[in-house]
Amino acid sequence: MSYLRGFYLLTAAALLLPLVFPDNYYVTVVGVTAALHAILAVSLNLLMGYAGQISLGHAGFFGIGAYASAILTTRYGWNPWPAILAGLVLTGIIAFALARPILRLKGHYLAMATLGLGIIINIVLVQTGELTGGPDGLGGIPTLSLFGWNVNSDLRWYIVIVCVMLLVVWLALNIINSRSGRALRALHGSEVAAEMMGINTTATKTGVFVLAALIASLAGSLFAYQQSFVSPDSFSFFFSIELVTMVVLGGMASTYGAIMGAVILTFLPELLVVFEEYEVMIFGAILMLMMIFLPQGLFVGIQSLLRRVGRNRSELAGPDTGEPEESGRGAA
Amino acid sequence: MFDQILQFVLTGITVGATYALVALGFAIIFNASDVVNFSQGEFVMIGAMSTIAFSAGEGLPLWLAAVGAVLLAICVGMMLQRFAIAPARGASVVTTIIITIGASIFLRGVALLLWGKDIFGMPHFSGEQPIQIGEATLLPQNLWVMGGAAVLVLGVHYFFNYTTNGKAILACSCNRTAAHLVGINVSMMMLIAYGLSALLGSLAGILVAPITFTSYDAGVMLGLKGFSAAILGGMGNPMGAVAGGLLLGLIESLAAGLISSGYKDAIGFIILLLVLFLRPSGIFGKASTERV
Repeated sequence: MSYLRGFYLLTAAALLLPLVFPDNYYVTVVGVTAALHAILAVSLNLLMGYAGQISLGHAGFFGIGAYASAILTTRYGWNPWPAILAGLVLTGIIAFALARPILRLKGHYLAMATLGLGIIINIVLVQTGELTGGPDGLGGIPTLSLFGWNVNSDLRWYIVIVCVMLLVVWLALNIINSRSGRALRALHGSEVAAEMMGINTTATKTGVFVLAALIASLAGSLFAYQQSFVSPDSFSFFFSIELVTMVVLGGMASTYGAIMGAVILTFLPELLVVFEEYEVMIFGAILMLMMIFLPQGLFVGIQSLLRRVGRNRSELAGPDTGEPEESGRGAA
Repeated sequence: MFDQILQFVLTGITVGATYALVALGFAIIFNASDVVNFSQGEFVMIGAMSTIAFSAGEGLPLWLAAVGAVLLAICVGMMLQRFAIAPARGASVVTTIIITIGASIFLRGVALLLWGKDIFGMPHFSGEQPIQIGEATLLPQNLWVMGGAAVLVLGVHYFFNYTTNGKAILACSCNRTAAHLVGINVSMMMLIAYGLSALLGSLAGILVAPITFTSYDAGVMLGLKGFSAAILGGMGNPMGAVAGGLLLGLIESLAAGLISSGYKDAIGFIILLLVLFLRPSGIFGKASTERV
């Protein structure tokens, strides 16, 4: 299982960090947010990086999960666990119903449709005030508890969310290296060619769209319990863009790249606190410059640089060939 | 009831005229370079915000400030083409979309740095005495918006059909290589297309700012609405984009008045989704087939 080698490294790093730096703000507070973003980025990367289907509305599904959990636990007194499940079911139904018409679209049209979907979900969250609390948000969400073990400290949340992240990463890596993963990459290259090879492209695309939405919904539920407060701002169009940026920054079609992008973009604002007013500008500049000069992303960029130095050969990796680095390493 | 509807229609046409100008800018850039420019809304913001900055801040007369703002927007548009779009030629659709989204965030960041988060107003061009039409009222500024948009749309129509440069841009959009071979300066034409698009966006922003006010992030929604309008009209069809803009403005205004103002934006996007699902080439567009 050599394609999981990176995964073991990631697991070791994620679990060692709180042991080495317990009660460190950057580990147990910012780190939790980074892990949550990593879950979202990895799921979006399945859709964008591997299947080649851009989504500018991923925050919408994140929001549905968060609000389903928030509303069911605070307004109807549900236990948090079935509320997560209910959120997943709701997201699944919505994603499945929309997948077919949305994924028939390509390029700009797909971008616009997913963007519209994300904005519509956000507007509904703002407008249905009696349920969602409107623009002011909804507070007093109970926390999770696992057989009497209350998840009520930063460190415990770190453990829970990092474990879910590792699970999602493991799932993503396995999917990518399975038959369906190869089908995804095939339809990224050319849908017609993929169909000629006997791949049911509609079913494959629907599947990955629903899966990405479900993971986002799960992340949303965790987010709601962790913050104990949700407001529509957290699920806006801008957050969708931020997620796309994470995927792009790390490198599309690379799970570790998505994690790297999520970690960098979560820590960057913390480190740029001194330049607070420049934050938006720097964010935009990163997005633009990355796409112009390093469209394959940091992770793949650094890797091919290392490989080049290692082999001592001047061989340039083509930009975004759609070849995933995980399987590349697995084959080596 | 009828008077109310008349009022909604008048408001709708005013808003729609703004959407139409933004959509026209989208269509021009899409035609010329196959790029969907997500920073189109920022031209609108730059137009309005820098007019206010030049007139209120520097004490220039409003018309001179507006000229300065439009020139600034044109420069930004050309720089966008030269430094962000041109270097990434041949990149995938996703890549160019993300580049222009990055550009829009960057421009918004600069505006935030220069002018802060405040909301600014602009004086009306010719008084605020409402004009009565039946029971409905209209501000002189509404007439400015409608008239200005009409003049600009006709101007663009003339430019593309009767001038050498306009026809040369159309030639580039048909076949870049062929255009180059017949001696058209393709990169110059791209600059003109982006400049023209920025001019339309910034003028839309200046015309509508006295009614709607403006802020550093005023361009976001306008840009998205303009894109919706361009898709409604059939991407790459300039006059379709104008019609799509007017239609979207009308529908939104009627929906806000008769159904719910809170869902105004949602209704616009729901219509967009329906059009995409049922007729992806737009209401006025021709169906196209993908070449393999």
